[in-house]
Amino acid sequence: MTYARRAWIVLWKDLLVERRSKEQLNALLFFCLLLLFLFQFALGPDRERLAAALPGLLWLGFILAGLLGLGRSFLAERENDCWEGLRLSPGDKSAIYLGKLAGNCVLMAVVEIIMVVLFGVFYGVDLWTPAAPLALVLALGTVGLAAVGTLFAAMTTHVRARELLFPVLLLPVQVPVLLATVSATQALLLGQPLADVAHWLKLLAGADLVYVTIGLLTFEFVLEA
Amino acid sequence: MTRILGWLAALGLIAGLAAGFGYAPREAIQGNVQRIMYLHVPSVLTAYLAFGLVLIGSIAYLATRRAGWDRLAGAAGEIGVLFTGLTIVSGSIWGKPTWGTWWTWDARLTSTAVLFLVYVGYLLLRSLIEDPDARGRYAAVVGILGALNIPIVHFSVKWWRALHQPSTILGPEPSPIDPAIGLALFVNWIAFTLLFAYFLSRRMEIARLEEQT
Repeated sequence: MTYARRAWIVLWKDLLVERRSKEQLNALLFFCLLLLFLFQFALGPDRERLAAALPGLLWLGFILAGLLGLGRSFLAERENDCWEGLRLSPGDKSAIYLGKLAGNCVLMAVVEIIMVVLFGVFYGVDLWTPAAPLALVLALGTVGLAAVGTLFAAMTTHVRARELLFPVLLLPVQVPVLLATVSATQALLLGQPLADVAHWLKLLAGADLVYVTIGLLTFEFVLEA
Repeated sequence: MTRILGWLAALGLIAGLAAGFGYAPREAIQGNVQRIMYLHVPSVLTAYLAFGLVLIGSIAYLATRRAGWDRLAGAAGEIGVLFTGLTIVSGSIWGKPTWGTWWTWDARLTSTAVLFLVYVGYLLLRSLIEDPDARGRYAAVVGILGALNIPIVHFSVKWWRALHQPSTILGPEPSPIDPAIGLALFVNWIAFTLLFAYFLSRRMEIARLEEQT
């Protein structure tokens, strides 16, 4: 079985489980809606203030949703003793990481798209005009978040105080991704062209490359336990 | 050996104090406040040295699985957090009279704070796992990611904000620093490095004894 095929099987398995149970997606979408309300209550009804804070709130929302969603990446494997199965699977273990990462990216992408639409509707911000460059920023940021998130989720699955440790490990590492995505989103919403945020996009692409490479190289050590 | 290191570090620190308070001249613009630099700069250099050793220890542990490398990484991580904390606190004390504020979201301050948080997470992870091999492997992954993340954090924060004076010692141009101040700084840096080596050696010894019981 080729490397790509093995990664695809893991991805397909996760998507199928999610499609049949809708365990994570439903809860995450509801969580996003709640966040939207909470942000509104915390900042008051002033539209301009909300619009100014929008890029930060948007990414705060993605990261909070990511903490919940990504942190659960390997729980199904642990609860049903499939961890041994993953470990015993033949070939390079990094294929499992790649499949899991792809699955998490799909999950995050669905949540993000719905959240962006909700933000546009509730806060009255035009997100349609800069949609294409915004999608690029979202994609790059999501890969960075999910690459580290997937790796750390696998690691913390067997650690006590998992719910606490996962954000404490993930959040500081994600500071560059947060800074880059929020700054780029802000510039794009202000109508600046994509060229103005090129340095942020390069930083994000570089960060993604570093994170995914480390994930691929170290995943087999994480899976061992 | 450890004992000798300890005495050398103590001697170095005394020499550093003498150099910092006696030998080095009073700085023209900032006055005596500047002398905190003799604590601040060696601390941050020591912290970087420590995190570099965490990276080396982590990679070596994953490659060889020798417990000694993990002890090196763990000990260096703890001391690195200590010196990063010292850097932030001393910088804050310097910043109050100089910039008029304890804390500001300047690029260097922010990236140092992020560094601090990353390695506090690293220590927390270590403290929550009992199995020595699993602890070594997981901590190594975080240690490698944390170290390789430093340049990314550096650039992201730099583009986000900048107020700190540019680095005078490690910058590309020849340093405009007074030779006496430079010498005092150098003495303190050597002293801090000796202190670091002493701490590291003691901490690794303690970790080794802990694993035996």
